[in-house]
Amino acid sequence: MNATKDLLYRIADDCLIIAHRNSEWTGLGPLLEEDIAFSSIAQDKLGHALSLYRILHEEFGERDPDTIAFTRNEKDFTCCHFVELPNGEYDFSLMRHFLFDAAEFLRWTMLKNSSIASVAALAAKIQGETKYHVYHGRTWVIRLASAGNEESKARMQSALETCWPFALGMFEHGVDEQALIREGVFAGEDELKTQWEEFVRSTMVEAGLIIPEHDAAVLGGRKGYHTEHLQPLLDEMTVVFRTDPGAEW
Amino acid sequence: METTMTTIEESDIWRALKDVKDPEIPTISVVDMGIIIKVDVQSPSDVTVIMTPTFTGCPAIDVMRADVEQAVRNLGVSNVHVSVTYDTPWSTSRLTDEGRAALLRHGLALPATLPDTGTEPTSIVLSLDVLSETACPYCGSHNTTVKSPFGPTLCRSLHYCNACLQAFEGFKPV
Repeated sequence: MNATKDLLYRIADDCLIIAHRNSEWTGLGPLLEEDIAFSSIAQDKLGHALSLYRILHEEFGERDPDTIAFTRNEKDFTCCHFVELPNGEYDFSLMRHFLFDAAEFLRWTMLKNSSIASVAALAAKIQGETKYHVYHGRTWVIRLASAGNEESKARMQSALETCWPFALGMFEHGVDEQALIREGVFAGEDELKTQWEEFVRSTMVEAGLIIPEHDAAVLGGRKGYHTEHLQPLLDEMTVVFRTDPGAEW
Repeated sequence: METTMTTIEESDIWRALKDVKDPEIPTISVVDMGIIIKVDVQSPSDVTVIMTPTFTGCPAIDVMRADVEQAVRNLGVSNVHVSVTYDTPWSTSRLTDEGRAALLRHGLALPATLPDTGTEPTSIVLSLDVLSETACPYCGSHNTTVKSPFGPTLCRSLHYCNACLQAFEGFKPV
């Protein structure tokens, strides 16, 4: 697959899968505002995935967005393992939300300079949306870690340790990083990771949390190797579509 | 046989679109919301309208797109093309004065003006503390607390007024 299509699929698949995970908090959030927050973020992420699948369809000859989202096999998805993991308890979901959205926000900021005009325009749009996601995640991580109690702080530290190797896996290289950089499509996963680590580190200092050292990134998602959690998620996500694939909504 | 108006001006289209409301905030028109980017009258029977959603995941955009098309068709235009693009992204600065008044009438606080934070992306995130300066739409007090940047629709946030003890919703600055 060409490097640009691979990049757009990676970003879109991450958004689609994390949208589904976020939507699983609908009706179950620990308080009403958090229920609404995770549901709203889910809706935004679906919008991001849809916009990217649409670019893939209209400019790169891929199939239509619904077909891409609902009929591909598990091995055709290139999302990272981080977004596949079950929601667990709220501490894990919140920490994942912050770490993922910080990366997404910075990724879109970088993509504002993309040589692909439609991607650059979309990036400017989405940056304005994701800043609210980061603001939300950052606020709660700091609040629970530094202004909560011993239990909330211990839970946030533990969630950070659980998330970290998976979070590093977000920056697994695509099929051809050099081509993306050379053609000005995207400045690359390594550059993104550097910016992300700097931002996350400053937040964790404020929160009083310690980032694990020497952890290796969990890789494979970008090559189509997934955790055992993705297939059940796809089964659930596509159940209505599969009931009547040609249905008009 | 098709019947069309003998002449149709761009201003006729804009006037007609003033009657198309946002289904989620029925006091405001799509024009005053600032989501109509461009109207192009190629001929009395060919009109193109370019619009953009407030948020990429906005579920109301398809309804508004159909309503816009119908409103132009009602003027006797036979070929109406409505396209949705992100080329000119929506921001709260696109709200008209009339639109801002309509939001207040709906009980929604007006979006604060985002400070110029320069090019450092993370400073944009930190600057969202500006949400806490939102003025209460009921009593006008700035003594308010932001409860959540997410509300009942993607474009709204939740606040509480410490002066009149009233919960309220605000229109998020983008």
